[in-house]
Amino acid sequence: MKRRKIDLKTLPAKAGNEVEDRLGVATPLRSIINKVFPDHWSFLLGEIALFSFIVLLLTGTFLTLFFEPSLKEVTYDGSYTPLRGVHMSAAYASSLDLSFDVRGGLVMRQMHHWSALVFMAAIIVHMLRIFFTGAYRKPREVNWIIGSLLFWIGFLAGFTGYSLPDDALSGTGLRIASAIMLSIPLIGTWLTSSIFNGEFPGDIIISRFFIAHVLLIPALLVALISVHLALVFKQKHTQWPGPGRTNTNVVGERFFPRYTIKQAGFFMAVAGVIAVLAGALQINPIWLFGPYEAGVVSAASQPDWYVMFLDGSTRLMPAWQINIGIGNGYVIPPIFWPTVVLPGILTTLPLLYPFIEARLNKDNKIHNLLQRPRDVPQRTALGAMAVSFFLVLTLSGGNDVIADKFNISLNAMTWAGRIGLLIVPPIAYWVTYRICLGLQQHDREVLAHGVETGIIRRSPDGRFYEVHQPLGHDHEALPYAGWVVPKKMNRLGALGPALKGFFRPLERPAEAPVSPGHPPVEAAPERREIESKH
Amino acid sequence: MPRSRARRRVASALRLIAALVFAGGLYTAFAPAISAQDAPLSPAAMEGKALFDTSCISCHGMNAQGIEGRGPSLIGVGGASVEFQVGTGRMPLGSQGAQAVEKPPVFNEEQTRQLAQYVQELGGGPQLPEGNDLHSGGDVAAGGQIFRLNCSSCHAFGGGGGALSSGKFAPRISDTDDRVIWAAMLSGPQNMPVFGDNQLTPDQKRDVIAYIQETLKDRDPGGFNLGRLGPTTEGLAVFVVGITALIFTALWIAGKS
Repeated sequence: MKRRKIDLKTLPAKAGNEVEDRLGVATPLRSIINKVFPDHWSFLLGEIALFSFIVLLLTGTFLTLFFEPSLKEVTYDGSYTPLRGVHMSAAYASSLDLSFDVRGGLVMRQMHHWSALVFMAAIIVHMLRIFFTGAYRKPREVNWIIGSLLFWIGFLAGFTGYSLPDDALSGTGLRIASAIMLSIPLIGTWLTSSIFNGEFPGDIIISRFFIAHVLLIPALLVALISVHLALVFKQKHTQWPGPGRTNTNVVGERFFPRYTIKQAGFFMAVAGVIAVLAGALQINPIWLFGPYEAGVVSAASQPDWYVMFLDGSTRLMPAWQINIGIGNGYVIPPIFWPTVVLPGILTTLPLLYPFIEARLNKDNKIHNLLQRPRDVPQRTALGAMAVSFFLVLTLSGGNDVIADKFNISLNAMTWAGRIGLLIVPPIAYWVTYRICLGLQQHDREVLAHGVETGIIRRSPDGRFYEVHQPLGHDHEALPYAGWVVPKKMNRLGALGPALKGFFRPLERPAEAPVSPGHPPVEAAPERREIESKH
Repeated sequence: MPRSRARRRVASALRLIAALVFAGGLYTAFAPAISAQDAPLSPAAMEGKALFDTSCISCHGMNAQGIEGRGPSLIGVGGASVEFQVGTGRMPLGSQGAQAVEKPPVFNEEQTRQLAQYVQELGGGPQLPEGNDLHSGGDVAAGGQIFRLNCSSCHAFGGGGGALSSGKFAPRISDTDDRVIWAAMLSGPQNMPVFGDNQLTPDQKRDVIAYIQETLKDRDPGGFNLGRLGPTTEGLAVFVVGITALIFTALWIAGKS
C-alpha cells in the first residue's frame, strides 16, 4: 500500500483554501480578526455581564427541562419530608423536585440564581465605568440607551424568574407587584386584572410569567445584547488617552488570537466564580419558605438586590394618600410615588443624560477618548450622588435585617433612611467634587514642579529644600495629557521598578545601590549566646 | 283585717335575709377556692421563695404583685413564664431596655424550677409538661404549616429572627431547647402572642417544635446559608465575593499584555 504523503505545514493553508472556495469568508473575517481592542481592566466589566448571561442561558435551559409552570394543586410526595403531604402548586412541587430529586438540580438552580445576581451586578458596575469615563458621549449614545434598557429588561427577567417557583417569598413579591400595578391611577385595576387574568393571584400568572421568562425576555435580551456588541464593533471601542493614542485611532490587541484567547479564559473564570458561589453558598432556599399562601409572610422578605431599592423607597415613603373627589372619588395611594413614579424617573433620566450633558456643554464633537473621572468633576460628583441615592434606598430595603443584626431600632433605621436620602447625595456630590479638584491640582503641581524625590537638602545658610525631579526640560510645566501623571520616582525609572506581586514580591528586590564614597557595609557579626559552663 | 305594718316589715326583712343567704351560699359553692394562698407552700416552692426574696423582690415586690415602673405582677403568669424568663437568662433583667435579652442564666435548672414552683403556687397559671424531649413523634409537615402561618412573620422562615418596632425584636429560635420553645408559646413573653392550649393544642405545639428542631437545625443542602436572611445577604455576597473576585480577575487578565 502506498503511503499518502501529508505535509503538515501546508495543511492549515490548504484547509483554509478549501473553506474559502466554498464559503468566501476571508474578506469579512480578515477585518474582524484584525479588529483592535484597547486593553484596560475596566473594559472587561461588560464581559462579566455577557458571560454570566451565557451561564444564565445554559443553566436556565437545564431548569426548563424539569420545571412545570402550572398552578394546578398537587400534594407533595417527594423526598423532602418536612413538606410531604402538603398541598401546593405544581410549579412549587416541581421546583422542590428540581432541588432534591433531580441529579445536579440544586446546584443548577443555585448557579442560575447566582449568575442572575452577578449579571445584574456586572451591568451596574459596567454602567458606572461607562458613566464615570464619559464613554457614552457622541457617537455612543445609542449604546448607552441600549445598555440602560438592558438593565431594566434584566430587572424584569429577574422578577419573573423570582416569581416562578411559587414559594411563599415569590408569592409575597407577586402580591407587592400586583399592589404596585393597582396603585396606578385610572388604568391600575384594568392592568392588574389583565395580567393576572382577574383577581390576584388567579391561576394563570405562573404560565404567563414562564413564557415571559424563558422566551420573550431572553429573546429581547439576546437581541439587544447583539446590537450592543455590534455597535461596539462598528463604532470601535473607546480608549484612554496616552502615548500614540488619539481620537482617530485605536491602540490595542488584535481580536484574534490574543483578545479571543483572553476572553475565552475570562469566560471560564466567570463561569468558575459562579460555580463556586453556587456550590458554596446557599441561595433562595425555597423549601424553607413553603408554598405560597396569602396568610404566609415571613420576616426578612426582600426582593433580590437589584429590586431592593424599590423596596427601600416604599419603606421610606410617608403614608401620604391623595383623595380626589371626582365622581365616586379616586385615590392615589402612597405606594404610587416610590414604586411607579420613582422608577419612571430613574428609567427616563439616564436615557436622556448623554443628550442633556451634550446640550449643557454645547458639545457636538465625536469623542473616542475617555476622560479620567477627576477631569470632569461635575459628572463624577453627579455619579457619586446617584450612587449614594441608590445605596441609601437599597440599604433601606434591607433595613429590618440591619436593625435586627446590629441592634438598632427599626424606626430609627427608617428615619435615618428618610433623612439620609435627602442629605447624603448632596454631601456625596460636594465631597466627590472637592476630591476631584484636589486630584487635578496635584496632577498639575507634579507636571509643573516635578516628582517628589524624598530628598531634603539643607543649604549653607540653614534652610531646607525639598528636592523635586522635574518632568519636563528646563523647568517648563508640561501640559496635562488626560492620563496618569507619574508621581513616584520609580515610575520614572529612577529607583528601579516597583516590585511586582500582590501579597509578596514575585522577584527578588534589586540590591540597594551603594554610594561609592562609603566603604561597603559589612554584615553584623553573628551573635552567640553566652553559655555558662557547669 | 289587714296585717300590721310591723309584721309586714319583719316578713320582708326575713325574705331579704333568706335571699342573701341563698346568694352567698351559691357564691361559696360555685366560686373558685380562694383559700389556695393559705395552703402551705411545698418544699420546692419554699426554696423558690427564698431565691425570690433575694433576687426578684426588688422589682416584682414582696408577694410578686409587681411594682409600678419596675416590674409586672407575677400573679397568674405560671411556671412556664418563669422557666422561660429565668431559664434563658432574660431574668434577672440586666437593664431596662426595649426588650429583655438572652444571656447566660443566673440560676441553674433546679433553682429555676424552684422559682417556677413558687410562682405557680402563688398565683397559678400555665405550666410546662414534664420532660426535656417535647418534640418526638410530632408531625414535621403539619408543624411546618403552623410555623409558616404563625411564627415566620416575626422569627423569619429560617428561624433566624427579625426586627420589630422601636428596637424590639423576635429572637433567633433555630438553636433553642424544646422546653424554652414550649414555654415561649405558652406564656407569650414580651411581644410574642400567647399560643395557649386552646389556640395551639399540645399536639400542635409538639409538631411546631418538631419542625423547628428537625428542619431548621438541619444542615443546609445548598451550602453555607448566609445567616438565612434571604436576599439581603445574598446581595451582599454577590458583591463582596462574586464581583470582587471577578474584578480582580479582570485586573489580572488585563495586566497580562
